[in-house]
Amino acid sequence: MSLSSTLNGSYLTPRLRINKVLPYFTSHTETHVSPKIDSSRTHVNYEVKEDVAVIRMNDPTSKVNTLSVQMQNEMIEVFNEVLANDAVQSAVLISSKPGCFIAGADINMIQACNTSEEVTKLSQEGQKMFARIENSPKPIVAAINGPCLGGGLEFAIACQYRVATKSKKTVLGTPEVMLGLLPGAGGTQRLPKMVGIPGAFDMMLTGRNIRADKAKKMGLVHQLVDPLGPGLKSPEERTIEYLEEVAIQCAKGIVNKKISLTKEKGMMQKVQDYVMGIEFVRQQIYKTVTAKVMKMSKGLYPAPLKIIESVKAGLEQGPDSGYLAEAQNFGKLAMTSESNALIGLYHGQVACKKNRFGVPERPVKNLAILGAGLMGAGIAQVTVDKGIHTVLKDTTVEGLSRGQQQVYKGLNDKTKKKTITSFERDFTLASLTGQLDYSGFEKADMVIEAVFEDLNIKHRVIKEVEAVIPPHCIFATNTSALPIKDIAAASIRPEKVIGMHYFSPVDKMQLLEIITTDKTSKDTTASAVAVGLKQGKVIIVVGDGPGFYTTRCLAPMLAEAVRLLQEGVDPKKLDALTTGFGFPVGAATLADEVGIDVAAHVAEDLGKAFGSRFGGGNVEVLKTMVEKGFKGRKSGKGCYVYTPGLKSKDVNPDIEDVLGKYKLTPNPLVSSDSDVQYRLVSRFVNEAVMCLQEGILNGPVEGDIGAVFGLGFPPCLGGPFRFVDTFGANKLVEKMKRYEEVYGNHFTPCQLLLDHAKDSSKRFHK
Amino acid sequence: MNAIRGKTSFKTAHLLQACPYLTATRSLSTSVQLHAQVQTKSKKTLAKPGVKNIVLVEGVRTPFLLSGTTYADLMPHDLARAALQGLLHKTSLPKDAVDYIIYGTVIQEVKTSNVAREASLGAGFSDKIPSHTVTMACISSNVAMTTGVGLITAGQCDTIVAGGVEFMSDVPIRHSRKMRKTMLALNRAKTLGQRLSLIGSIRMAHLTPELPAVAEFSTAETMGHSADRLAAAFGVTRLEQDEFALRSHTLAKQAQDAGLLSDVISFKVPGRDTVAKDNGIRPSSMEQLAKLKPAFIKPHGTVTAANSSFLTDGASAVLIMSEEKALAMGYKPKAYLRDFVFVSQDPKDQLLLGPAYGTPKVLARAGLTMDDIDVFEFHEAFAGQIMANLKALDSDWFAQTYMGRKVKVGAPAMEKFNLWGGSLSLGHPFGATGCRLVTTVAHRLLKEGGQYGLVAACAAGGQGHAMVIEAYPQ
Repeated sequence: MSLSSTLNGSYLTPRLRINKVLPYFTSHTETHVSPKIDSSRTHVNYEVKEDVAVIRMNDPTSKVNTLSVQMQNEMIEVFNEVLANDAVQSAVLISSKPGCFIAGADINMIQACNTSEEVTKLSQEGQKMFARIENSPKPIVAAINGPCLGGGLEFAIACQYRVATKSKKTVLGTPEVMLGLLPGAGGTQRLPKMVGIPGAFDMMLTGRNIRADKAKKMGLVHQLVDPLGPGLKSPEERTIEYLEEVAIQCAKGIVNKKISLTKEKGMMQKVQDYVMGIEFVRQQIYKTVTAKVMKMSKGLYPAPLKIIESVKAGLEQGPDSGYLAEAQNFGKLAMTSESNALIGLYHGQVACKKNRFGVPERPVKNLAILGAGLMGAGIAQVTVDKGIHTVLKDTTVEGLSRGQQQVYKGLNDKTKKKTITSFERDFTLASLTGQLDYSGFEKADMVIEAVFEDLNIKHRVIKEVEAVIPPHCIFATNTSALPIKDIAAASIRPEKVIGMHYFSPVDKMQLLEIITTDKTSKDTTASAVAVGLKQGKVIIVVGDGPGFYTTRCLAPMLAEAVRLLQEGVDPKKLDALTTGFGFPVGAATLADEVGIDVAAHVAEDLGKAFGSRFGGGNVEVLKTMVEKGFKGRKSGKGCYVYTPGLKSKDVNPDIEDVLGKYKLTPNPLVSSDSDVQYRLVSRFVNEAVMCLQEGILNGPVEGDIGAVFGLGFPPCLGGPFRFVDTFGANKLVEKMKRYEEVYGNHFTPCQLLLDHAKDSSKRFHK
Repeated sequence: MNAIRGKTSFKTAHLLQACPYLTATRSLSTSVQLHAQVQTKSKKTLAKPGVKNIVLVEGVRTPFLLSGTTYADLMPHDLARAALQGLLHKTSLPKDAVDYIIYGTVIQEVKTSNVAREASLGAGFSDKIPSHTVTMACISSNVAMTTGVGLITAGQCDTIVAGGVEFMSDVPIRHSRKMRKTMLALNRAKTLGQRLSLIGSIRMAHLTPELPAVAEFSTAETMGHSADRLAAAFGVTRLEQDEFALRSHTLAKQAQDAGLLSDVISFKVPGRDTVAKDNGIRPSSMEQLAKLKPAFIKPHGTVTAANSSFLTDGASAVLIMSEEKALAMGYKPKAYLRDFVFVSQDPKDQLLLGPAYGTPKVLARAGLTMDDIDVFEFHEAFAGQIMANLKALDSDWFAQTYMGRKVKVGAPAMEKFNLWGGSLSLGHPFGATGCRLVTTVAHRLLKEGGQYGLVAACAAGGQGHAMVIEAYPQ
């Protein structure tokens, strides 16, 4: 057989290589290589190795594979050919991209639809295609390396067998719920059968990623393959080749009955199956899960409920009803504002994970952090494991040890959860140096100060630091409210000064707000963004001003919250109303978390800067609380009393006195529950829009991302700008005018909001 | 380090039956020259001006036995003593003529943590001779030898005994950390009440024993698992591995039968018989080998009990001297110990690639090429590991991408490679293997008439060693 005559030139090299390293597999049976390369196909192709068709996916236009129209069409074409090819007994489905199996369905495909019927049809086409895969007379083995998510997972679980690499990059999951959708291509029907009802609900309702070893335990994959190190090819290339070899062996094993597809069930599995077979038990599960979803989502998110509904339909009324319910619910969800908002956030998050300021002139390899407090240590924790040598400096041994312990604990918790080994923890900690002096600062590429929020201290620190750092070193200041230009006033090189506003707890909160002054150089910004991205942050870059963007939006809302407390709204009621609107944390609790002293500080500073517009609640309320030692969670008392070890908290009985002293009489015209909610939200939103109007914000996308990821603005609303678009600027302005009549300029809508109210065609998001 | 013991007992297959398989793969050569006639070559010597010549005078070892067999009731220093006494006997070395004794070991018996000292005292050496123990996983005795070389080069010593010992029939198994903590606290308790409350705090879980780690500490991966991944990374097939394992056993058997393993001393084990032969050599057949299931990566792995080295008990010893001292004492040295290197690399994905990294480096130091080497002795931890190293040495891409070299040095010629068996068949007492490799090179150079030999070995921790040995002019 002449190989070269039958081979397309461009494929010559890889195939010959493959055959060369596979003498073991090819030596026993007669080698039957019949390449089927159709050059008109760009996304999916296949070749036949002996009697196994190896179907390879590769979207040439993207770093990841998605189930786009093109991908699906070519897949169907290839699948038909494979079925028709008598030389083929079985197939292997694999991605040619070393780091990605299928990342999901193509969101744009769904967004291009205008009606729920169109989306339902999309879903049904997907269902049909995967049904054909599931019923294929020739077994198909999915060989998974890298993310296998959403539609990708639904594809994989329709296959007869799954082999996955144990790589950290290999994750399986159904993240649709996070986009306000459900697994719409058979996922809600197949998963419960595969991993059990509780497991399936857990996967679909949380959308969390499951690592390969866990997936094996759950029964989601059949076999694991170890990632390989360097050999005669790069580790990535060889690993995927190895995966293919193992998958081919499995495919042949299934055909010659060496591998059984019906898994021997363990005792536990049998018991579980039996229990799940009882209708009463199933009904209890639906009830419990629904109650839990309602409690967590406050009924603001329709997707989880539709997921439960679809699973239920399939299990109780049979597959036909199940698949139909899934497709119809998928169509309905795709048209909801919640899904639209969540998808908007997804796109925004992707955008905020890019550095629009370009590649910095020199990468930051040595970072110094001043102040080992909660923030400083938190910043250190998210930096050390990124290969950046980090110095943590404090002024006292006690402060420093507390900070070092915080970093250690953060990493050790990961060890306990087995996401890293104890060795990796130690290795990471080796990049952290704790010290009390400025030694080694001459090598620092960036200094982030996280010292006390006091302009004089910050000025002293900047002078001390600038005396020891090299000329290229960037000075970043972590402040939540002090204008950067005021801090930079003490600097001899203001172009190297920038604000980096982290949110507490740093290792959990995704947002980083970077603040540039008009003197900050573009390279300084690029460098700060690069560091933030390495730390895994979602980044918004905003202009300088009191409170920048995030703090400035939060301040009027908190002022309103204080007024509501003065008007006699109970902290628990206030919390319930805010969380009921979709905020993850209630306003009173938020104040306690931020710290009443910080809130007082910010309220006073911003009050001075912005005047009476930032009024509402009396700052004296906060000040009196601070005087009495009610500084919030950190002091054990704030709006609530915090008992260590206790999760539930009671309202601090002593704040009655404080509030009584500053008591206001509520106006019944604007004090309904709904009005209370809109009074809080409208001030937030109006301030956000004003930030855009004043150029503090670069655009509505960053505004939405900042509000949701930094301040917990309801994700189901997609951020203040998306909220205005969805709710209607005119309706919002109408409400604000009503409040304005009672409270004055606190509720005066800004010009940009008025413009949008006047012209309904104006929208922040296209 | 976690070599495994073959579960299946291999019937000694007919040698001829096994031979065809050796010819099957291109990389394993057929022309095994066991009885190559002594040739005379006139290559340059590697002596360097101003550097002392260091010679290997003699090397011995106890028979290497599967652990749990005849040595089962001994202690590690007993084996080391046997090797030392064997060396004394063979060289007629006066017991006070040694300046320093160094031993290598991996799993330490806690009672004899400086096993070098206990063994040398027990072997009757003068108590005026200082002794210390070194450890570097499977290249521990290599470190013992090179430490000696260093002492001679530095002018501190002239006569060194180096060796290695490993005793896997008994390993320290500890109480759990919690139990140890309680027991230590019990020691300090002052009142009966305190003692009783401590005893009362002991739970069932405290009684779970702690075994010596079989996994690499830094990666938590067992060595066999890593070897399987390494084999897969280099595309080494099961067939190639089984063929190499069979080759090792076949050659070892031939060498044993031909009486070539002259470094083995006979040892009267107290309470047992005299042992004079390695007992792990079991030439089998490809069919037998193919029957075994993978031992680490299941079900698709390629490393099995039969193509891995097994747990072994054994000890070795060598006498190293400055050339002038050896000659002054009337010895006829066997070989010069020349350049050596220690290398280390990624303990996860390149755990066992020490020979691939060490070989080019030591050749460059000595100014030699692969073709100049007449005798290769590589430590065979796993057949897959050996094949992977050979493929790495033979790859330009690997040389360029991972070793910063322009071109590969090439793989050793198989007709010069481990001709008297290797760790797969002779056994691998971790701490003792290095001296066996060096002694074997010296003996093979004498027998085959070559001038240069090369030793290379991998070790846990992602480390490796290579040494060039030059025949002593006869």
